[in-house]
Amino acid sequence: MNADCLPVLILLVPLSGALLALLNRWAAPYFSVLAAFITLLLGTSAAWHVEAQGPIHASDGLFALDALGALYLLPVCFVYFTSSLYAIGYLWARQQEQASDEAEPRYRQYFPLMNVFALVILAVPLVANLALMWIAIELTTVFSAFLVAYEDRAEALEAAWKYVALTSMGAMIALLGVLMLYYGTHAAGQAPTWNGLLRAAPHISTPLLLLAFVLWLIGFGAKTGLVPMHTWLPDAHSQAPASVCAVLSGVETSAALYMLLRIYPALAANPGIHDPAAWYMTAGLITVGSAAFMLIQVHDFKRMFAYSTIEHMGIILTACGIGAAVHEQGTVYQLFAHGFTKSFCFFAAGLAGIIFGTQEIAKARGLISRSPAAGWALVLGTLAIAGAPPFALFLSEFEILYTGYSSGQYLPTGLLTAFIVIAFIALAYQATRIAFGASDNIPEQHSAPTIKIPRSSLAAMAIAFIPMFVFGFYLPAPLLHLVHEAALMLEVPA
Amino acid sequence: MMAPVSAIMLSIDGSIAALFVIFGLGVMVSRQMLASLRFFMWQASALTASALALAYALQAVNLLWVALITFTTKVIAVPLVLRWAAGEEVYGRREVDQAMGIPASVLVAALLALVGWFAVAPVLPTLHGVPFAAINLPTGLIMVLWGAFTVALRRESVAQLMGLLIMENGAFFGSIAIVHNLTVIAEIAAAVDVPIVALVIGLLIRSIRRVTGSTRVGTLDKLHER
Repeated sequence: MNADCLPVLILLVPLSGALLALLNRWAAPYFSVLAAFITLLLGTSAAWHVEAQGPIHASDGLFALDALGALYLLPVCFVYFTSSLYAIGYLWARQQEQASDEAEPRYRQYFPLMNVFALVILAVPLVANLALMWIAIELTTVFSAFLVAYEDRAEALEAAWKYVALTSMGAMIALLGVLMLYYGTHAAGQAPTWNGLLRAAPHISTPLLLLAFVLWLIGFGAKTGLVPMHTWLPDAHSQAPASVCAVLSGVETSAALYMLLRIYPALAANPGIHDPAAWYMTAGLITVGSAAFMLIQVHDFKRMFAYSTIEHMGIILTACGIGAAVHEQGTVYQLFAHGFTKSFCFFAAGLAGIIFGTQEIAKARGLISRSPAAGWALVLGTLAIAGAPPFALFLSEFEILYTGYSSGQYLPTGLLTAFIVIAFIALAYQATRIAFGASDNIPEQHSAPTIKIPRSSLAAMAIAFIPMFVFGFYLPAPLLHLVHEAALMLEVPA
Repeated sequence: MMAPVSAIMLSIDGSIAALFVIFGLGVMVSRQMLASLRFFMWQASALTASALALAYALQAVNLLWVALITFTTKVIAVPLVLRWAAGEEVYGRREVDQAMGIPASVLVAALLALVGWFAVAPVLPTLHGVPFAAINLPTGLIMVLWGAFTVALRRESVAQLMGLLIMENGAFFGSIAIVHNLTVIAEIAAAVDVPIVALVIGLLIRSIRRVTGSTRVGTLDKLHER
């Protein structure tokens, strides 16, 4: 297949999945899983091509995919597939658990929206034009609002409203920044793409580039969940179905972070901007630190994983600042590994919610004895997201801290280490209480109905477990090469 | 380097910018929902007028597209979409709650205008040969800040949507002075984006009203850390 067709096909398949899902209610989940699987194959093939033969440029420069885009595209495709598979049984089981008036889940509402939501996330690394990237990010909020509000309760609508209001507000702030950079690249005689921005950066006036960056940081920071613009994130994740949380947390928040990371080399290339890494480290450390302390006092296990997402966004931003002096391998690997690890955590949390009939940590005890599969998934997922060996995130966090200490950046790296340790302890403490705690003195647990764990959800978790575990100790040579190439794209041009 | 423009065109654009700001203030402080929507429509018309003035002064054909798209989507499509999705809320002549009184809101708006001006001031000397930037860029940034303040200030979902829409107006008002060359595909996508945003948020407002019996999002406060 001609590689130039791949970006268009990757976007056309979810669109077809959405249209087919609208046609037939019963076949909707299967069309969606099929579309997601084909997208995964196409995405992998595109990444493979980028690794072997370099960037893809297609449709007269409308689409472009380089190593960093490809490394982000892979988890998006993977999480799209696993969450579509997971949702089939999960939505049924959730319906039973809530004893809803509706006889069946609203597949015809859920799956078309999920496909279009995936389509716009996939567009972020694929489109070349900065303005189109902004539109794709803006549309991720628009198409996921009703997925967050899927359960149609007052709390779910409150969460969806906060999500839409705050992230759209961020998007409007970022829009002015995007258009300023559009002007900057054009005035320097370059195209408004990442490469054009990089070439134009030394010639863009420093105050213009700085103001545009500040608008990006606030605007895309709201979508990423950077503190203090993070407040929508725990609310949305506590109310959305777990299959939606997996995509929101795993790859949607990273879409805005991807934009923040990609502007870094342009800042560094401008001679008037001194130490742009300090901006990244400051914003990142404030976010990681706040999330770590929020994790100590959280009462809802889906909110717990939401705060963990905030923590990870902060880690990646800090890592970008720290890695600037040496190399960015840990940063890009953390972005890659966070996607599938966090989706696994939300899959486990979704099953725990169905089994307990609540998300409150105080009322959730003895998950291992109620369901060994869900219990072990929650424990392993929590350990993986906290950065324990031998999981993939251990590798990236170790790399980030090693880079920081070996390059003599003791203060930011020391703070980052302390926050990661606090978050680790908080996550491990909460997960072990839920999995191994005694449920004898919680009366609600004895009266809770027994709900069979859906097979499609177990299958999705089993698939999601593979990269989370295997990539902690073994990276295939092409993937390792792609990570190296992606890291180079964040490093300061000579 | 762009061609010099006549003083009269600068005066026209300056006058449009003044109207743009006044209409923005109207969206922020008007007590009635319908008045707020009308101020938004007037503001979008001012944005259209500014795009037309700049298109003429700079001989920039793309800005004619921007003017056409702005008028079609914001002055015609958005009110229609809102009438369909949340008609009773918008056209019911309702009073709107806000977290702060009007005098205090105007004071904060004035402070935000100063912040906006000082943020843009260092950029302006670097925009050599971009004649309208000194008018449009600060005005645009100020409107983005006012829109964000409106979202924070209002306790009503439709009024918060107006805040988001004036932020978008602000971003475009600021950028038309410096960006005249968005590709056609980006312009079409931006044109489609605004009605979609209004439609989805309108539908969300309708769902909130159906489930909670009101669109006062200020009362939705069940979700927080204990």
